[in-house]
Amino acid sequence: MTPILDADVMLRAERLAKSFVLHNQGGVRIDVFADLTLEVRRGECLILSGPSGAGKSSLLRSLYANYKPQAGAVLVRHGDEIVDLCAAEPYRILEVRRQTLGYVSQFLRVIPRVPTLDLVTAPLTDRGVDPDEARERAGSLLARLRIPPALWGLPPATFSGGEQQRVNIAMTFVQDYPILLLDEPTASLDVENRRTVTDLIAEACGRGAAVVGIFHDAEVRAAVGTRSYDLAAGREAA
Amino acid sequence: MSEARRRLLMRTDWGIVYQNARDGLRMKVSAGANVGERLMAIGDRHYGHIRAEAVDWLERVEMDLGRIDDLPATFSGGMQQRLQIARNLVTKPRLVFMDEPTSGLDVSVQARLLDLIRGLVGSLGIACVVVTHDLGVVRLLSHRLMVMKGGDVVEHGLTDQVLDDPQHPYTQLLVSSILPV
Repeated sequence: MTPILDADVMLRAERLAKSFVLHNQGGVRIDVFADLTLEVRRGECLILSGPSGAGKSSLLRSLYANYKPQAGAVLVRHGDEIVDLCAAEPYRILEVRRQTLGYVSQFLRVIPRVPTLDLVTAPLTDRGVDPDEARERAGSLLARLRIPPALWGLPPATFSGGEQQRVNIAMTFVQDYPILLLDEPTASLDVENRRTVTDLIAEACGRGAAVVGIFHDAEVRAAVGTRSYDLAAGREAA
Repeated sequence: MSEARRRLLMRTDWGIVYQNARDGLRMKVSAGANVGERLMAIGDRHYGHIRAEAVDWLERVEMDLGRIDDLPATFSGGMQQRLQIARNLVTKPRLVFMDEPTSGLDVSVQARLLDLIRGLVGSLGIACVVVTHDLGVVRLLSHRLMVMKGGDVVEHGLTDQVLDDPQHPYTQLLVSSILPV
């Protein structure tokens, strides 16, 4: 049976459960969440809230199929199809990630010694965008995120924490993903850059992207959030 | 499959990059000849064409062209690995097996080689099966991962999922044993 989503629902977690069994630490079992259902629609920004350790990042990673939920489904609108990431083959998940599902992690992780501009260009050229156009788009986004052109030819390993995070953000926002998962993208940024990222998120929602994010900064939350989901309470917050 | 057919596959559709470059190269003929041999093995006899292909592929793996007529025995480990890759890819294989392609190399050489392999595999649309015990290489190079122990596959799946949320005790042990730099 093909799962069905309402026309403007982009992402739906259905009765999702996540736990960890630590085999090398006496088989301890940690239950993170269970029976979790949520939906995100086109143009909406859902904020995951809850205290540290409530499982916000684990949920976000489960939505990206980076973690493997023990039960339930993660339904993603991928073009004209609905794909359940919990049941999909790896190549299918990679295809969904390439075209539909963007994710900004808390830390930049890239092949060493690859120049910054190439890192930001790669997601576009991988999708078949003309290399010249891809470089131009990558460059203008880096400039907008205040990475000076002098740094574009350098690998980001020696950059400051905030600069690395902005490169990380650029690598995802360089293409117009229909769904974005953001894990504290503004955590290590100064006020100006935080505002730029807030604008980028708002623009993404404006063009119809569905966003799920974790933000510790109240100002960012107020600026971009349409709804929030409280993980400690296990339900939608007011 | 007959032995003759299998040997033809090894020269055309398949490529093999050995852990020890000495197993994959002819040490007593020049770098250019090492690349050219694969072409001659599938019937190319035009010297100018073979030479041009060798130059092209040595450039693609970022070798110094001034060394094209030198013996691989005089090359560094990283250069030998790049020569092995050029020698394999010149016949445009569709499937390449790599056995520990970066082990034993200086880490600075390793990073360049990984990026090179990733770029070539992506742009040429090659399928690659890589054997490695280096989880850093696994994460940066592979899409899918199979974890083996005692001859059995104990876990397999999307690379980042297996590394970030390992389910099997052995995989959990491996991942938790990575030394931080």
